[in-house]
Amino acid sequence: MSLAHRIIPCLDTDGERVVKGVNFVNLRDAGDPAELAARYNIEGADELVVLDIAASRDHRPTFLETIRRVAAELAIPLTAGGGVATVEEGRAILRAGADKLTVNTAAIRNPQLLTDLAAEFGSQAVVLAIDAKLVGDHWEAFVRGGSVPTGMDAVDWARRGVDSGAGEILVTSMDKDGTRSGFDCALTAAISRAVTVPVIASGGADAPETFLEVFREGRADAALAASIFHDRIQGLGELKGYLAAHGVAVRQTG
Amino acid sequence: MKIALVEYGAGNLPSVERALTRLGVESTRASNPESLALCDTLILPGVGHFGALMRSLRERSLVEPLRGAVSRGVPLLGICLGLQAMFASSDEAPGDAGLGLFPQAVSALPPTDRLPHMGWNQLRRVRPSRLLEGVPEDAYFYFAHTYAALDAGEAGVAFCDHSASFVAVLEQGNVFATQFHPEKSGPVGAQVLSNFVNCARGSR
Repeated sequence: MSLAHRIIPCLDTDGERVVKGVNFVNLRDAGDPAELAARYNIEGADELVVLDIAASRDHRPTFLETIRRVAAELAIPLTAGGGVATVEEGRAILRAGADKLTVNTAAIRNPQLLTDLAAEFGSQAVVLAIDAKLVGDHWEAFVRGGSVPTGMDAVDWARRGVDSGAGEILVTSMDKDGTRSGFDCALTAAISRAVTVPVIASGGADAPETFLEVFREGRADAALAASIFHDRIQGLGELKGYLAAHGVAVRQTG
Repeated sequence: MKIALVEYGAGNLPSVERALTRLGVESTRASNPESLALCDTLILPGVGHFGALMRSLRERSLVEPLRGAVSRGVPLLGICLGLQAMFASSDEAPGDAGLGLFPQAVSALPPTDRLPHMGWNQLRRVRPSRLLEGVPEDAYFYFAHTYAALDAGEAGVAFCDHSASFVAVLEQGNVFATQFHPEKSGPVGAQVLSNFVNCARGSR
């Protein structure tokens, strides 16, 4: 008996539609979030993440409606985020039906936000999203959808974020994102070793072997992917069957 | 039957409502003693902080009505923090008394494993369980918590192991609770909710 490793499909949206791109650019339409959510709920996803990557203030009501539509399809946990900068914005996302929220840019500017969110909703509801890229000999945290370097070491930031109140880390390798060349196990393991909270690995997912690697070498508690699931390159049931056959605890359905 | 979800500002109330709707079960919300008194079955959902939950129940004058309903035999299901609220106290908020349906205290899980205990885990059944009837032994349920009841005497019917052994399902007479979120636990979670509804129907 042990905690299962989670497989988490991610819906990157422009607030309303699922979009996808490589290395955060060249976005194109990839479907309706509620339809995809319904499919993943049935196929055995362990959790769903829905992000508003545009995160513009004018789009916020649209995104909240998207969260409501997605949550209505799910009997599994839902994490949502994109541009959350205040406790009130966090509350709106949770009220719309999310169980957890991700914060990124605003937390780097103001780590107290993590503390305030944790005090209000509990740290189990606060996921710190870190977009990291190899710069010289270390990983640097980037913000604003990966476009702006912060000068901060991603591993240090993860540690400080947890000290401030984050209950989970979602680490995206910008070097690997959209490349289908495997997760960044070194980055994920470095963060996993640095913190005591669960770590979700993101960026680079491909064949089942890449998930096995990130759970073993990357010490990830969960792995997130988008296009390989959206495009039906990888089935969730088949992926979990592979992991179970290799001794990884996973929740198998049906 | 009239099922009410106790409303005190907890976040997961709509997802519990949706889970009941999927089972074809209608529910209402009770946010004051009068509406609570009209219901013959109660669910206490919960996420967040033990102290905030108890303060919110006190502000709405719901503590005594809830305890009274339980002593009258009204079936009550506590979920996650709703399970923890049934105990006398919690490490999370040493100054705030719980509902006291069980005399033990809720503890912070030791930092042996990663915390919060977040994700899908299996149960270890130690006594016959009405909530788990028809649920496969190896089923996974969704947990998201850092505090837990390590002991509930005879009421502890199933346990989970993460950092420590803790109560995952408790049942005693008309009182039921799960540390996991049945409303987020896929088909097996729906089975647990359905079992609770059937127990409540049978008790009337």
